[in-house]
Amino acid sequence: MGVEQTLGNNIIVTSLDKVVNWSRSRSMWPMTFGLACCAIEMMAAGAARFDLDRVGVLFRASPRQADLIIIAGTVTKKMLPVIKTVYEQMPEPRYVIAMGACACSGGVFDTYSVVQGIDEALPVDVYVPGCPPRPEGLLYGLQKLQEKIMKERNSFGATIGFGERISAE
Amino acid sequence: MATTEFMTVNMGPQHPSTHGVLQLVLELDGEVVKKATPHIGFLHRGVEKLSEHRTYHQTLPLTDRLDYLAPMHNNLGYSLAVEKLLGITDQIPERAQVIRVILAELTRLKSHLVWLATHALDIGAMTVFIYCFRERERIMDIYEKVSGARMTSNYIRVGGLMADLPAGVEKEIRDFADEMPTHLATYEGLLSGNKIWQKRIMGIGVINAKEAIDIGLSGPSLRGSGVDWDLRRDNPYCGYETYDFQVPLGTGEGDTWSRYKARLDEMREACKIIRQGLDRLKPGPVVADLPKICLPPKKDVVNTIEGLIHHFKIISEGFSAPAGEIYQGVENPKGELGYYIVSDGTSHPYRMKIRPPSFVNLQALPQMVEGRMIADVVAIIGTLDIVLGEIDR
Amino acid sequence: MTEHVAVTKLKGKFSGSVVDVKEFRGEITVTVKKEDIVAIASFLKNELGYNFLTDLCGVDYLGQAPRFMVVYHLHNLTTKERLRLKVPVEEKDPKVETVSGVWATANWHERECWDLMGISFDKHPDLRRILMPADWEGHPLRKDYPLQGPGRSPYQGRLS
Repeated sequence: MGVEQTLGNNIIVTSLDKVVNWSRSRSMWPMTFGLACCAIEMMAAGAARFDLDRVGVLFRASPRQADLIIIAGTVTKKMLPVIKTVYEQMPEPRYVIAMGACACSGGVFDTYSVVQGIDEALPVDVYVPGCPPRPEGLLYGLQKLQEKIMKERNSFGATIGFGERISAE
Repeated sequence: MATTEFMTVNMGPQHPSTHGVLQLVLELDGEVVKKATPHIGFLHRGVEKLSEHRTYHQTLPLTDRLDYLAPMHNNLGYSLAVEKLLGITDQIPERAQVIRVILAELTRLKSHLVWLATHALDIGAMTVFIYCFRERERIMDIYEKVSGARMTSNYIRVGGLMADLPAGVEKEIRDFADEMPTHLATYEGLLSGNKIWQKRIMGIGVINAKEAIDIGLSGPSLRGSGVDWDLRRDNPYCGYETYDFQVPLGTGEGDTWSRYKARLDEMREACKIIRQGLDRLKPGPVVADLPKICLPPKKDVVNTIEGLIHHFKIISEGFSAPAGEIYQGVENPKGELGYYIVSDGTSHPYRMKIRPPSFVNLQALPQMVEGRMIADVVAIIGTLDIVLGEIDR
Repeated sequence: MTEHVAVTKLKGKFSGSVVDVKEFRGEITVTVKKEDIVAIASFLKNELGYNFLTDLCGVDYLGQAPRFMVVYHLHNLTTKERLRLKVPVEEKDPKVETVSGVWATANWHERECWDLMGISFDKHPDLRRILMPADWEGHPLRKDYPLQGPGRSPYQGRLS
C-alpha cells in the first residue's frame, strides 16, 4: 500500500537523495556483456593501466547482482532476445551504457542480421561512440553516467517505498 | 521404479568464460559431460555479403573486425589475397614485406597474450591476466604510433602499407622484443610448476593427429597434437622462408598442456623473428609503385594533378581486379585464415569467403569434451582459442 | 608439376565427370559433375593424399546456368599442394551429396552453405541453420536477397 506521491523537494529529503545517488554512482557493478571487439577494450579498461576498480566498478557475472549493463559490441537479431531476458533479470535501479558504434547505431554493419542500435530494445542512458572507443572513452562514459545518477530525484523515497525514482533528463 | 535422465544445462551466450557469444548446450550425467552442442551465430554480421557492396579498399576495415585479437593478420591475409588476384605480389617493396612480418609477429604476441590471460583467468589465475594485459598495452602503444588505432589498425593495405613507420618506433619494438622473453619466463614460473595448473591442464581435451587433420584443426591446436604444419614455413608468404625460426610442437600429446607449451614457445619464436626483421630493415618505399591501385602520397595529391585524379578515382570508384578466383591462406595465431575471393572484373569482390580458423577449430569441441567434467569444458574452450567475431563473421 | 599429375589421374579415373580444368595465378581449379563428388573426394583423399579440406563454400552466379557452384579447397599436407574442386549445382535442384563422410570437417561448412546459400546436402548427419536464427526465412548470401534484409529499405546514400 505505497503512497504514490514523492516525498517532496525539501532540504532533508534532497540531502538523503544525494547520499543515495552518491553511493549508487560510486559503486556501479556492471554485468559482463562483451559481445565483440569492444569487449576487448572493456577488458583493457578493467586491466591494470586504466583501472576500472578505482571508480568502484566490479564486474559481476550474474544479472541479479548487477546494476549496470555495458552493451559492448554488435547486437544481432539472434542475440536480441537473450539481451532482453538478461536485462529483465536485472533488479532496479539499472542503467545501460551503449559502448561502441555498433551498440549505438549498428556501426559499420548495415546488414540483414544486425540490430541498428540497442536503443531499439533497451532504454540507453549513455552512448559511448568509437570503433572501438578507447578505454579513456569508456571511463568518460562512466563518469557521465555518474553525473546523470547524481541528478536523480526521489531516489531515497523510491527506496523506502514512496513514489518512483525520477531520473535526470 | 526410479529412472535416471541426463540433465541439460545451457551455458548460454552470456557467460564470462565462453570468450564471446557462444552457446553450449551440455547434457550432463552428474558432473560428467555426455554431449556438448555448440550454437553459434550470435555475432553474425554479414561481412561476406557486405563486402560484395564495397570496393576492395573499403572492405579492408571490415576485415579488422573479424578476429579482433589479431587485426593486422586479417589485414595481411586480405591484402595478400587481393595482391595475388591482381598479380602484383612481386612488386611489393622489400621494406613493406619486412614491416609486414614484424607487425604480424607482434600481432601474434598480442593474440597469444589474450589467450594466456583469459585461459588462466577462467581456470583461476587472475595475476596472469593482469600481467599479460600490461604487456599488451605496450603492443597497443606501438600499434597506435604506427597506425593510429589501438586495435583496429587498417594498416596493411593492398600494395604495401598505409604509411611508413614513424621515428622511434623501431627502437620501441626492439626493446619490447628484447624484454618479452623475461616476461614469458615470469608467466611460466607462475603457471608451469603450479600443481593446480598442471592438474587442470594435463590430459584434458586430447585429440590425436589423425582426428585433428580430419576435423580440420590448424595452428597451435594442430601442432599440439604432433602434426608439424605451419603455413609460414610450408606455404610461405611475405618472405617468411628467409627467416630462421622453429615451429614448436608442444609435447605432441594432443592435450591442453601440449597446446599451452606450443603457444608459449611460439611467442618466443615470434620475438626472434621480430629481431631478425628489425635487423634487416632498410630504408625504402613502403607502397608499390602502382598509381592505379595504391593511394598516392598526400603531398602529391595536393600538389600534382595526377595525384589528385588517382586519389579521386581510387577512393570513389576503386580499382578493378581481373576476373578469376584465388585463395590465400595465412598463419593466423589461431590457425589457417583463408580468403577465397571471386572477382568478375569489377571494382567490387563478387564473392569473398573467409575461412576462419576458429570456426573449424570449434568443430572439434564436442569430441574433446565428451566424458570430461563440466569444469574441463572451460579449459577446453580456452585452449582452442576461439574468437566469435571470426566464427560468425 | 605434380598438380597436373593429380589432374591427369583424376581425368583417367573419372573421365566422364571432369568438365573443366583451369589455372589462374598458379592455382588449379577442376570442375566436376556433382553426381560423382563423393567418389572423387574419396579418391583424392585416399589415393592422392589430399587429406585436409581447407574450405567448402557456395558461390551464387545469378543470371548464369548453373546458378550455384560448390567450391572445395583441398590441401595435401605431405606434398604441400593445393587443389580446388568446383561442382556446378542447378537452381531447380540445389542438392549435392555430403562429403562429411570423407572429411569430418565438412560438417559445419556444409551447414553454413545450406544456411546462407540454400544448397542442401544429402545424407548430411545434421543439416540445420548454423549462423542465422533457426526460424529465419530465406538464404541471405544469395544475390537476390537484399543487403539490409527484407524488412528495411535499402541504403539511399552513395558509397562509391
